[in-house]
Amino acid sequence: METKKPDFVYVTYIATTPEKLWQAIMDVDLMAQWWVDPKAGCSRVNVSDWKPGSPWEHRRADGSNIVDIAGKVIEAEAPKRLVYSWARPGEVADESKHSRVTFDIVQYTDSLVKLTVAHDDLAKDPSMLNGVSGGWPTVLSNLKTFLETGHALPQTAAAAHA
Amino acid sequence: MDIDKVFKALADPGRRRLLDQLHADNGQTLTALCEHMDMTRQAVTQHLQQLEAANLVAVMWQGREKLHYLNPVPLFEIQELWIKKFERNRLGVLLALKTKLEGQDHGNEET
Repeated sequence: METKKPDFVYVTYIATTPEKLWQAIMDVDLMAQWWVDPKAGCSRVNVSDWKPGSPWEHRRADGSNIVDIAGKVIEAEAPKRLVYSWARPGEVADESKHSRVTFDIVQYTDSLVKLTVAHDDLAKDPSMLNGVSGGWPTVLSNLKTFLETGHALPQTAAAAHA
Repeated sequence: MDIDKVFKALADPGRRRLLDQLHADNGQTLTALCEHMDMTRQAVTQHLQQLEAANLVAVMWQGREKLHYLNPVPLFEIQELWIKKFERNRLGVLLALKTKLEGQDHGNEET
């Protein structure tokens, strides 16, 4: 079904297992420790039952539970592939406005896992494209550091507690 | 993966030009990238391989087309883990002063 050309592709190699990585991108308590947006100054968590067809929400983990992004789970094949649609909360009903995020997890060597995150169908929404392009490298670096050391990058962690 | 590989890959102006090209238009084929490079296709291929080995370029297959994407994750890690510790704020002031005194605004792009 994959025919669209992604707008962005991000790759990071993480010294972990596919199962731990899968858990880190699904589990709300784990995600709150690494999905940190320094601009927002708080953690974010993605909340869903992660079954294909189910909704998911990108919520602020500062007690406000504000939903910044929402969408639907398109594919979820543990611990290899997760695909979800990505939309503003007010545009969840209008699929023509959705973009799409794909996580691909591959065992790269005995000790390294290759994570590829692709974001496609963003070009029709330049402001979302701008917002998203700076965010993923931070998020993925934090994810890597969290899985390898047990905590997020020092700067962003400080921002999270500010 | 390996920070030395990232710095080595960035040390070459041709490879930096390839990254700039991908920054301007992400997801290009080898043929498209060669159009703007004054070097042989073989040389571009080799540069791309080094960028890929440094994880600065990610490759995605789209049917039979091999597309090259700028992967900024290692750049972010260098900035976060290595450059920031040299007191980026004060360096920013120095750079602004230098830029002003030299009357030019290149090299001062905010990231």
